[in-house]
Amino acid sequence: MTGLSLDVEVPGRLSAALDAAAGDVVAVIGPNGAGKSTLLSAVAGLLPVAGRVEVAGRDWNAPPLPVRDRGVGLVPQDRSLFPHLTALENVAFGLRARGERPATARVRAQEWLDRLGVGDLGRRRPHALSGGQAQRVALARALVTDPAVLLLDEPFAGLDVGVATSLRIALAEHLASYSGVTLLVTHDALDALTLADRVVVVDEGRIAQTGTPHEVAARPRTEHVARLVGLNVVPDGDVRRSFPPSAVTVSLARPEGSARLTWRGRVAGTTPHGDALRLLVTTEDGPELLADVTPAAAVDLGLTAGREVWLTVKATATTTDSMRP
Amino acid sequence: MTSAPSPARTPARAPSLGRPPLLLLVPGSVGAALLVVPLVALLLDTPWSDLGAQLADPAVRDALWLSGLTSALTVALCVLLGTPLAWLLARVDFPGRRLLRGLVAVPLVLPPVVAGVALVAALGRNGLLGGPLHDVTGWTIPYTTTAVVLAHTFVSLPFFVLSVEGALRTAGERFDVVAATLGADRWTTFSRVTLPLALPGVAAGCVLAWARSLGEFGATITFAGNFPGTTQTMPSLIYTTLQADPAAARTLSMLLLVVSIGVLVGLRRRWLVTS
Repeated sequence: MTGLSLDVEVPGRLSAALDAAAGDVVAVIGPNGAGKSTLLSAVAGLLPVAGRVEVAGRDWNAPPLPVRDRGVGLVPQDRSLFPHLTALENVAFGLRARGERPATARVRAQEWLDRLGVGDLGRRRPHALSGGQAQRVALARALVTDPAVLLLDEPFAGLDVGVATSLRIALAEHLASYSGVTLLVTHDALDALTLADRVVVVDEGRIAQTGTPHEVAARPRTEHVARLVGLNVVPDGDVRRSFPPSAVTVSLARPEGSARLTWRGRVAGTTPHGDALRLLVTTEDGPELLADVTPAAAVDLGLTAGREVWLTVKATATTTDSMRP
Repeated sequence: MTSAPSPARTPARAPSLGRPPLLLLVPGSVGAALLVVPLVALLLDTPWSDLGAQLADPAVRDALWLSGLTSALTVALCVLLGTPLAWLLARVDFPGRRLLRGLVAVPLVLPPVVAGVALVAALGRNGLLGGPLHDVTGWTIPYTTTAVVLAHTFVSLPFFVLSVEGALRTAGERFDVVAATLGADRWTTFSRVTLPLALPGVAAGCVLAWARSLGEFGATITFAGNFPGTTQTMPSLIYTTLQADPAAARTLSMLLLVVSIGVLVGLRRRWLVTS
């Protein structure tokens, strides 16, 4: 196969197996410290790992291939553009390092700057670039060497919403025509849903779930992803139930009836959500849950932080899936 | 009421955090006086009219030339040997690295005379390396201009290495990592990324090494002697002159001071401020 197939172990930090076909964009999501960046470092060869990292049928980890021979394009979270080189020289660096002649390297670097919409900024140093411009230059620098694997670490971190949106569109275009495998670390559900063919959820150093963006968003298996896509997920026997905050009923007294899906808890916070008010409730016996109420109901019930409430959801309003991955 | 601009429109002094406490003010002022008063005394006490005559003296001109030559060669040696050493200490994880870093810093605290004695033990005619060298080639190092440069390098190199190593550590390895992913080998990374980013530290290290070299006396006179024309640098000459003619020694000291400050100011304008 021409894609990426890995099964790696970084003691104490990550244990993960993953397969991706050439051209795939794989979003890696999960909470901070879950091991997302460790996964990128393992592929790039920046830390010692056990196991295999197979790219286009060749194992990069047996014996460990030096970083510079791997053919990875790395865009770190802080971009790490060389501050003493111009944007054009930054992009030309990889070509020059691989023995390309200066004139050719400059022409090709300029082509990539043009493609990413920053062709007129080639003479600027990184400190004179905005965050979005710097990210485009960093992408051009990574892509110009035609890497087998592209590693993007939080490419939209620290950017204004508008800048991030236009960059997301530009990135989607380039990833569509890119023939290598892309690993995109993100904490934004939107990135995963709009850019990725597949989503890998990392939690506590393990892969908790893989699937298409649609599958993962519809049936999240971790609380973190459930929160990202705005769903509640609770274990119930040997199945996992997920339900939207709008399906939750909030009351002050213990509800009548035989509904099994009932929790007692305290309101931890409230945020506006569309026309509704979204409550975050810390329950006594387990998960944090989201519940949407109308602003009028919130006033009537006095739903401020610290208030004790009962939550119920009808079983018919939930989707269930097996606990086994 | 309408004539002069109202003085109230000039901005008041910024709200202050209070007077400096005497406990800090007094010792601080004494410290400043200790540094400034000797220089002022030297300035007032210097027979300036002798300056021309002193400069015409061949012994003085030899010593000035030798001081300039040896300090320049010392800086060059520091750059050639110290930059790679600093890189090894900052970037390569080898056994004994911490020990070596500690040893590199030892000359900082070593009395210069002890440094001179150590150099004799290593490179003297009967020394650890000097003995075999003399047996094989017939060369002896002590009491030559080479010995002056080696003594200066011995005491200056730690300043240079620590300065450059600090700059390399501050710059961090993240740019090296990106360069490696882009296909650069370690030499390319060093020459095109690491070193350019550490240049301010290299410049600062050069100034420190040069200043240390220009003022070096103890190790030099112990290892290289005090021979006019070959090993008598300005500090050695000043020391010799002071025995016979204190006034002339003051003039020479002033000369060295002016040269040092002139070079420092010149370098500061060129290099140190820009980064």
